[in-house]
Amino acid sequence: MSKGILIYSEVTRENYLHTVTFELANKARELAQKLSDCPIMALVLVKPDLIDEFKEVFRVNGFDKVFYVADERFRTYTTDIFAPVAIKCVRDIDPEIMLIGATNQGRDLAPRISSALHTGLTADCTGLDINESGKLAATRPTFGGQLMATILSKKFPQMATVRPKVFKPMKEFVNVDTNFVRMGYDFCGYKSKIEVLEFTKKITSEINNLDCAEVIVAGGRGMQSAEGFKLLKELADTLGGVVGASRLAVEMGLADKNCQVGQTGKTVIPKLYIACGISGALQHTVGMNNAERVIAINKDRNAPIFEIADYGMVGDAFEIIPKLIQSIKQHT
Amino acid sequence: MKIVLCVKQVPDTSDIKWTENNTIQREGLESIINPCDVYAAEIALTIKKECPNTTVTVLSMGPNQAGKMLKKLLALGFDEAVLLSDKKFAASDTYATGKTISKAIAEKIPDFDLIICGQYAIDGDTAQTGPSIANFLNLPQITYVKELVECDENKLTLLRELEEGFEKVQTKLPALICVTENSYEPTRATIGGVIEATKKEVKILNCNDIGLEPACTGLKGSPTYVSKAFRAVKKEVQCEFFENIEDFAKNFDILGGENE
Ligand SMILES: Cc1cc2nc3c(=O)[nH]c(=O)nc-3n(C[C@H](O)[C@H](O)[C@H](O)COP(=O)(O)OP(=O)(O)OC[C@H]3O[C@@H](n4cnc5c(N)ncnc54)[C@H](O)[C@@H]3O)c2cc1C
Repeated sequence: MSKGILIYSEVTRENYLHTVTFELANKARELAQKLSDCPIMALVLVKPDLIDEFKEVFRVNGFDKVFYVADERFRTYTTDIFAPVAIKCVRDIDPEIMLIGATNQGRDLAPRISSALHTGLTADCTGLDINESGKLAATRPTFGGQLMATILSKKFPQMATVRPKVFKPMKEFVNVDTNFVRMGYDFCGYKSKIEVLEFTKKITSEINNLDCAEVIVAGGRGMQSAEGFKLLKELADTLGGVVGASRLAVEMGLADKNCQVGQTGKTVIPKLYIACGISGALQHTVGMNNAERVIAINKDRNAPIFEIADYGMVGDAFEIIPKLIQSIKQHT
Repeated sequence: MKIVLCVKQVPDTSDIKWTENNTIQREGLESIINPCDVYAAEIALTIKKECPNTTVTVLSMGPNQAGKMLKKLLALGFDEAVLLSDKKFAASDTYATGKTISKAIAEKIPDFDLIICGQYAIDGDTAQTGPSIANFLNLPQITYVKELVECDENKLTLLRELEEGFEKVQTKLPALICVTENSYEPTRATIGGVIEATKKEVKILNCNDIGLEPACTGLKGSPTYVSKAFRAVKKEVQCEFFENIEDFAKNFDILGGENE
């Protein structure tokens, strides 16, 4: 019997269970079919008043067993409060595989757990599989996205992080008889060395959750001005997407650094990536060439972006985009 | 304050050439200082300015040629440079790297107050080495640091950039911080700095010098290994060009089809 797959369930600032938990659970279920009798488990560190609410969510998402530690100290995340508790729990649970969402919190916490347990951790995997010897084969891009590496761990638990939206959650809810196990932790009077003084939420227009977006409308130097980026925003709003940018567009002050896609920006895997006035330099395309569909608008038919685009239109983006918005609006 | 700044030399991943067998051609690959580490260096310089009597040791683990990068950093005004270099360190994963660097710091700079790392390196992009060092030295860690707000001998106040917003945090020292992209203007070396740097040695330490068991580092000390590496498949797509907007617009509907 397998010792099971454990998923770290992050509680967001808004007191939700992060959606990546369920994406990982669905993937774990697929992996579990290749391991004999493998339970899907979660670990959550939570404020005491939230756990009851979460129980139902774990049930309908098919978790067999949920371990939780309830403590007021878990109000806001700091490494030195969360890590020791998580480490102790994972040691006690002793899973075969542990998966963690590659969010800010997950990327902060996961290497603390793996190092403390003297095991391996593969970051930002885009593929997870069980190989012929029953081991976790974790595949991830390296070298600015140009090389894919499949990584195995000699030690247990075999750990991996995965960015949100790389895997899909279950299509339909199930209802399983989840076993909830409360775990204790004695802080022995420990006080965090880290104090969170203030949190300023990004204003919605500033949150550019490129990592999670299904549709990204990206602009390059060809969009020329703030006017040009307004057009992109309009197109993005029409499609329910967000705006991204090339490095030159960022350097020209047309877009925030947060929006930059590419080698020195973000790696994104949206369903649809629309490149407008972007030439398609390698440093840009390594950040987006795993998008499911790429559409390019550029006035130069020989721009390299068309080499990786599925659909394209040659012409002036300032003429094409307004018409496009109109046409899309008419058909939805 | 005593600071250790950890930097990595990385291949310029924008300049990768492939051999016929689809492996990366390493010869002639340009080496650069990891971009996040440049931001980390700026934070170290800012602290040096604001906190009198701050000394900064720049530390790197890598082949001998990384010494050149350290020399350049010394010219920016850092005080000492240490290069951990040994064939035994080769092919370390983030666990083994964390172990090696933390052992070197514990042995050679045990009285440090602050360790500064870049958030991630562009070659591996794991963002794991900093937290791994923090684990082995049992330090509080602050990742995703964008700005230094305040510092004194005992504590740091920092601004972190997270998915949904900015978090202002204070940590007691000693601690480890990981620095991400920020808007500090990169400092340029002055002539005086370059002259100072020529007088300084990059101290090279091997596995034995830091008292590390060879089995704890390199390939042997790494819990993970690469079982397969392959070239990311470039989509074999043929771009379909449109002239008519209406037809073109149909391709923008990715969700509609699924919901039906
Ligand atoms: C170490 C390093 C790291 C880098 N990292 C990144 C990175 O992370 N991300 C990144 O994006 N770049 C990065 N770059 C820069 C990269 O090499 C390119 O310079 C950059 O991506 C080009 O941006 P662009 O496509 O917006 O501009 P350009 O290459 O100037 O392309 C502009 C395009 O717009 C088209 N155009 C102009 N006007 C119009 C119009 N009216 N309508 C339609 N099309 C029009 C032109 O035909 C052209 O193809 C990096 C470079 C280096 C050296």
